[in-house]
Amino acid sequence: MNVLGPLIDNFNYFIIIFLMVSGLYVVVARGNMIKKLVGLSLFQTSVYLLYLSPGKILGGTPPIIDENFQIYSNPLPHVLILTAIVVAIATLALGLALVLRINEEYGTIEEDEIFAAGDEDT
Amino acid sequence: MISSNLPALQVVIPLLGAVLAALVRRGRLAWLIALAVSWTMPVIAFALLRQVEAQGVVSYALGGWAPPLGIEYRVDLVSAYILILVSLMGALVMSYAPRSVASEIAPERQAWFYTMYLLCLTGLLGITITGDAFNAFVFLEVSSLSTYVLIALGRDRRALLSAYQYLIVGTIGATFYVIGVGLLYVMTGTLNLADIAARIGDVENIRPLLAALAFITVGISLKIALFPVHLWLPNAYAFAPSVVTIFLASTATKVAIYLLLRYLFSVFGVAFVFDDLPVTEILIALSVAAMLVASIVAVFQANVKRMLAYSSVAQIGYITLGIALATQTGLTGGIVHIFNHALMKAALFMAIGGIVFQTGIVRIEDMAGIGRRMPLTMGAFVIAGLALVGVPGTVGFVSKYYLVTAAVEQGFWWLAAIIVLSSLIALVYIGRVIEVAWFREPAAGIEAAREPPLEMLALTWIVTAAIVVLGFNTDLTAGIAGRAAEVLLAGMK
Repeated sequence: MNVLGPLIDNFNYFIIIFLMVSGLYVVVARGNMIKKLVGLSLFQTSVYLLYLSPGKILGGTPPIIDENFQIYSNPLPHVLILTAIVVAIATLALGLALVLRINEEYGTIEEDEIFAAGDEDT
Repeated sequence: MISSNLPALQVVIPLLGAVLAALVRRGRLAWLIALAVSWTMPVIAFALLRQVEAQGVVSYALGGWAPPLGIEYRVDLVSAYILILVSLMGALVMSYAPRSVASEIAPERQAWFYTMYLLCLTGLLGITITGDAFNAFVFLEVSSLSTYVLIALGRDRRALLSAYQYLIVGTIGATFYVIGVGLLYVMTGTLNLADIAARIGDVENIRPLLAALAFITVGISLKIALFPVHLWLPNAYAFAPSVVTIFLASTATKVAIYLLLRYLFSVFGVAFVFDDLPVTEILIALSVAAMLVASIVAVFQANVKRMLAYSSVAQIGYITLGIALATQTGLTGGIVHIFNHALMKAALFMAIGGIVFQTGIVRIEDMAGIGRRMPLTMGAFVIAGLALVGVPGTVGFVSKYYLVTAAVEQGFWWLAAIIVLSSLIALVYIGRVIEVAWFREPAAGIEAAREPPLEMLALTWIVTAAIVVLGFNTDLTAGIAGRAAEVLLAGMK
């Protein structure tokens, strides 16, 4: 029970860390350039949760002033993360565009095959 | 009216310029826009420096929303110094650019090239001027994304691969940074850097702060290309178009170093970072490794741009060494080397850009006897190369003088010896190019090589002249750097 208590209280953070680490692992471990980008997106998504989850207060309402409510959730993280999402989309789009061009030039998107193609140092 | 809105104009003008350059679609016209914008930037930056010298810190409430709730643009001596560096380098690079860009980038892509350049400039200036942690992240990504595109525009297909690898590493770095900022926000409830600095002392549980410091430092280090995480840099510099290499080598890593300085000294504070944690030891170890290992690797490069890129990694080691010492002299040396290294690498890459423009040669072996065909270009290369070694009378000597003095002040004699040793390795790799270029018979391929066009040659020599002039007259760079170091050590109060 004592072991499970903190685990349940902080389960949102455990999910965040799991997503973060698995995303980063995919980036490092996969040689396929598309899969790397998927891992990168997963990694970035975990950060959205890292921002959003402390902003929510249990029992809190959206921050609209009303005499019936005293506890409000923090709206700022949502706004920040909206920006971060846009940044992540731009990154993903650019990354995919680069992979497309790499595929045109090299005929493959596997990193080891590209390195094996061995452009001599010129 | 204008003078009170200068901090916003510093960022808004290049941003609008980028949109305009994208709309005109014609390379020549886009270049004119980029040139006009680029030369406006140093004017604004110098005006801001004068304001800072007159009234201390310039604080600008963006959109009229008062900080710390609104986004604050904040210029102190440190940011003014970096603003001048970035904007001046941008202006010089754009003056150099047109023919080099025309020869290396397809006509239909040239307008996009200038658009991306202006966006990159916007991001770099934005990081430097903003006083808001999250705003810095957004500008970091604006500059990074445009940098990936700029690198991918290189002629060689490996440019695409370099851009992709940099995108992966750069995004991980920026995401680490934003994780750190998130932790700081959770602990202090604010995103304004000065406000975080004021509240950070009241935080009782410092473990999240340590995590934040670690994430931010590692994230920014990826952008700086600090030694063990520098692997993206050599390929990116080697395969990017010449103009991009000049611009990135003299500005991008420098701005990342500025951001690191901001966090270590202004936000977390000297007491928290350097007294309680072994940051000095870690940074010195990494800097020394960079200075030695990257220099040795540079000696064995076949591609001259790659060689200079590894040399950049080594030179970044000098800068972080100055930061690690965290004393007045050490920090002055680090900050002055930010400026000096920008000048040296700009001159070196401009000379190489001229050679690439005329002959397309990037292999050192193929450059045999090129000094006899292009004496002015290679002459500038020699002077800038000697500055890299640290010969007295050049800016390189000024930086190393401060760094060696700082090391000796702390009793680190061995560190002074390593600085000298690393300089000697620099002599080896620069000497190798000089030997091939000047003391060998011209190879068959370069019989017809001539000096590059006037503006490329002129810009190369303007920067080279600055290397020598500022090497003798140190008041301007080292003077401001010294005062900037005082500002940093005093903290953001």
